[in-house]
Amino acid sequence: MAVAGIDVGTKMTKVVIMDENRNILSYVIERTGTDHKKTSEETLEKALEKAGLKREDIKKIVATGFGKISAPFADDEVTQVIAAGRGAYYVKPSARTVIEVGAEESRAIQLDENGNVKDFSLADKCAAGAGSFVDAMIRYLEVTPDEFGQLALQATRAIPMNAQCVVFAESEVVSLLHSNVPKAEISRAIHDAIADRVAAIARRIEIKDDVLIIGGLANDIGFIDAIGRELGKEAHVPDSHPPELVPAIGAALSAL
Amino acid sequence: MVTVQESEYWRWPETIWVDESKNWQDAEVISCGIDLGSVSTQAVIMADGELYAYANIRTGTSSTASAEKSVNAVLEKIGDMTRENIHYIVGTGYGRVSIPFANKTITEIACHGRGAVYVYGNTVRTILDMGGQDLKAIKVDSRGKVINFLMNDKCAAGTGRGIEVVCDMLSIPITDVGELSLKVDEEPEPVSTTCVVFAKSEILGLIRRGWSKEMILAAFFNAVSSRVVELLERVGVEPDFAITGGISKNVGVVRRIERKLNLKALEPKVDPQLAGAIGAALFARALYIKSKK
Repeated sequence: MAVAGIDVGTKMTKVVIMDENRNILSYVIERTGTDHKKTSEETLEKALEKAGLKREDIKKIVATGFGKISAPFADDEVTQVIAAGRGAYYVKPSARTVIEVGAEESRAIQLDENGNVKDFSLADKCAAGAGSFVDAMIRYLEVTPDEFGQLALQATRAIPMNAQCVVFAESEVVSLLHSNVPKAEISRAIHDAIADRVAAIARRIEIKDDVLIIGGLANDIGFIDAIGRELGKEAHVPDSHPPELVPAIGAALSAL
Repeated sequence: MVTVQESEYWRWPETIWVDESKNWQDAEVISCGIDLGSVSTQAVIMADGELYAYANIRTGTSSTASAEKSVNAVLEKIGDMTRENIHYIVGTGYGRVSIPFANKTITEIACHGRGAVYVYGNTVRTILDMGGQDLKAIKVDSRGKVINFLMNDKCAAGTGRGIEVVCDMLSIPITDVGELSLKVDEEPEPVSTTCVVFAKSEILGLIRRGWSKEMILAAFFNAVSSRVVELLERVGVEPDFAITGGISKNVGVVRRIERKLNLKALEPKVDPQLAGAIGAALFARALYIKSKK
């Protein structure tokens, strides 16, 4: 028998199929789009197909993210903090501080040595410390998300970003481009600004090694570099699985 | 389904005006105030402390060029006045340090206080300036001297730039959104977030659920006005109350603020977007007279 975890996020929907021995059999990551229910249904079907399983082979489905509202077929749901914590402990048992940066939310979670959540803090009121900041900026810089992260590492100078708000930062980036500031320096400035916001959320809890960064923004090496610098600690990313998959893994673990 | 497109709906009309009934050459002091804001730039020419001409243009990517452009536009409209005929220039606003030809710079808080008394009369005590990138609640005495102020400049919620973003999303010209938002039978719940970026996602959801544009605007302006009222209440609202800056032209926002405060805003005598530049021009006149003594 197997179980499934589904995480419907504002930008991406993730499904993990796991066997009873906690082995991941398959996973699928799809754009959430406009019809959440349809996307969650389709993503689950794709993951089942990849695992060579049928719906009746799944003993239990646990949802997180938007939860059962967007995945009504789920048997149960689990909070995003619990899902992220369990998933993080699975992918990196040495993680004691988990920082998750999604499209519209960021949170920091403190784990004990058994992977239990001890404390957490979150921000969902402002896009300044969330992945959508990056989405807005790369449009103006006309680079791919990968190039955007790489560029930050090439910067020879750290220039400050005056704007905190994403909407104002857009105008600031346009001005910087007009003043011929190299894209590498602009990219570094944007990454520093996001890292500053995210670090402020993380500092509300006790930050202990190892620090694990998860969520979509953990794919951005410019951000990993900036947050590590900001916190003065090495920032790790999951090496076995995509960082945005972690809460879905946690949801699947909750189904066992 | 409504298709969402990035367009130019945020663009508000630029205006250049001169009082044809007056002859500036009769005046003893010609003063100029330039309010270089993040979104708009105003250049005001005053003849002996009376509004004579102005230009209200969009700020471009270069602050200095925008300041030049605004002064050149107003001088061109007047026709026979040159830069040399202006006795004193005061720069204000977010970009005031980028006006190399200004004789002096003064903060926009002081200029809006002084200007509001000119625009609204000396009974005004509380001024809400709603600009392109910041919100300011200012308390003044009868001469327009600032007693206290509070500002929010960290977040686009409730600022002109935030409203521009929503206009583009809904494809409605910025000059129409205020009126439209009042055409609802019942005021909807405000959008749940003050963040403009998140409000965009929320508005997309409302469009998909089939909400009318009027209802969406009402929900957005409801949220904007609540945020502004919070700021005002922190400084304390004392009548008479007036609104300056570009958003004072948005009746959808103004009416909602009035409803929440249970207080009518004063009617302006001239374009309230000019308040900062008028204040600067009034300071310029006073500074010139003082320098001659």
